[in-house]
Amino acid sequence: MSFGSVESLLRAAESVPVWEAVLLDDLSDRGVEREASWEKMAGLWRAMEESVASYDPERRSACGLTGGDGAKVEQAQIGLCGPVLTAVMATALKVGECNACMGRIVAAPTAGASGVLPAVLLPMKEKYGFTDEDMVRSLYVAAGFGQVIATRASIAGAEGGCQAEVGSASAMAAAALVSLLGGTPEQMAWACATALQNLMGLVCDPVAGLVELPCVKRNVIGAVNALTAAELALAGVGSPIPCDEVIDAMRAVGDVLPAALRETGGGGLAATPTGRRIAEELLGR
Amino acid sequence: MNIFDIMGPIMVGPSSSHTAGAVRIGLITRHLLGSQPVSAQLLLHGSFAATGKGHGTDRALVAGLLDMAPDDPRIPRAFALAREAGMELNISTAVLRGAHPNTVLLRVGDSQGREMEVNASSLGGGRVRVNAIDGMEATFTGDYPTLIIRNQDKPGAVAEVTGILSRRQVNIATMQLYRDRRGGLAVMVLESDQPIWAEAVEELRASPGIVRVTYLDMEGGH
Repeated sequence: MSFGSVESLLRAAESVPVWEAVLLDDLSDRGVEREASWEKMAGLWRAMEESVASYDPERRSACGLTGGDGAKVEQAQIGLCGPVLTAVMATALKVGECNACMGRIVAAPTAGASGVLPAVLLPMKEKYGFTDEDMVRSLYVAAGFGQVIATRASIAGAEGGCQAEVGSASAMAAAALVSLLGGTPEQMAWACATALQNLMGLVCDPVAGLVELPCVKRNVIGAVNALTAAELALAGVGSPIPCDEVIDAMRAVGDVLPAALRETGGGGLAATPTGRRIAEELLGR
Repeated sequence: MNIFDIMGPIMVGPSSSHTAGAVRIGLITRHLLGSQPVSAQLLLHGSFAATGKGHGTDRALVAGLLDMAPDDPRIPRAFALAREAGMELNISTAVLRGAHPNTVLLRVGDSQGREMEVNASSLGGGRVRVNAIDGMEATFTGDYPTLIIRNQDKPGAVAEVTGILSRRQVNIATMQLYRDRRGGLAVMVLESDQPIWAEAVEELRASPGIVRVTYLDMEGGH
C-alpha cells in the first residue's frame, strides 16, 4: 500500500525517519529487496547529476526557442539573490533546457518539471558537503510527498495545470530540502503545504504545445519557491491549513481550470499574438 | 502508484507522452514484427501530428524501431541512424477516426517481406497502448508478456490455445477475444504474469486453425 495522505506518511515516520518509511513502504509495495530499491533511487540521483554535468550551452531545441540561458545566468553572476540562488536558478534552466533539447533527464515528477529537484538539491550538496547517501535519502522524502500529491490530486499538466507539475515538483523539493537540513517530519509537511499554496492556480499554457515556453523558466520559480518554503518551515513558520487539505484544494482548483489552461496550447501565453505566431511558424515549417 | 511512477523514468526529453511514449511504441512495434524494419511508414494523428515535430515524436518512434529504449541518448540522431541502417522512412500526418489524441499508425516491413500495421496511442507518463494490429482490434500495453494469436473463428479455438498454455503451466492474467466477422479471422490477446516458454509459443504456431502467433516480451528484450 502506498501513502494516500501526508498524515499517514507522518504516522509511519513516528518510529523511523521519513525517508526510511517511504523506502520500507516501497519494499512491501513492489515486493523488492532493500538494495534493489536503493540502487534504483541512487540511479535517479546519478542521472540528475549527469543531466546537469552534460549541459551544452550551444544546444538548441528543435524549434530554436530554447537553449543557452543556464550558461548565461551562471556566467553573469549578478548575485542579486546571493550566489546559492544564482546556482539554483542556473541549474533549473540547465535541466529544463536539457529536456527541451532532447537531452537525458529524470522525469521527477514529470519531464516538464524535471529541473526543480536537481536545481535545489545539487547546489545544496555543494554548499553543505552532503554525501550521495544524504541526497538519495532526500529523494525518498520527495517521492513520499509526491506519491500523496499524485494520489490525492495530480502531477499531470493536462489534468491540473502547471500547479500539478511545477507546483508538485516544488512541494516535493521543499520537503526534501527540510529533510536534508535536519528538519522534523512536521516541518517537511509545512514546507510541502507552503510550496503548493504559493503556486496554486498556476496554469499550463505552453506556446505551440511544446515543453519550452514558459516551462523552462517555470522550473526556476518552482525551485526558488521550494527554497523559500523550506526556509520558512525550518524557521518554525507552520501551515495553518494541513498539508492534505492544501493538496485537496490544489486538485479542486485543477478541476475547475478551463481546458484552455491545461496543456492544450489554447490559453495563457500560448494564446498571445506572439505565442500564436510562433506556433504558426512552427506548423508551417 | 509506486514511488518510481513519481520519480522517473530517466528519459530523453522533452515529453513523457510525446517522446518517451513514442519511443516505446516504436520499440513494441519492432518486437511485434520480430526484427528490424527495412521500411516504415508513420502516420501521426491528433496532438502527435500537431506538436510531434517540436517534441521529436517522429524521431522517437524511429528510435524505438531501431531498438532504442526511452533513455537512449542517440534518440535525437534517429533519422541519421535509420539511414545508416538502410531503413526507408515515410512520415506524414493523418486523421484516424475516433482515435486517442496521441495516436500513430505504423506500417512496417522487414527484409524477409513480412509486413505489419500497428495502431498505438501514448497515454501519458510514458505509458502506451496498442489499439490494433493489421486493422484488427487488439488492446494491450506491453507491460506484461503478451501473446497475440490470430486464428480462424471456429468452435474450439480458444480451448485449443488455453489447453496448450495450461499444459505448459502458463498462468493467463488477462484474455481478450476479437473477430472481424462470424467464421472469419479472430484475434486472441493473452497477457501473462511470467514469460511464456518458447516451446509453448512453437506449439501454438503448429496448431491447426492458428494463422499467426506473435509473442511480445519487452522485459526479455531489455
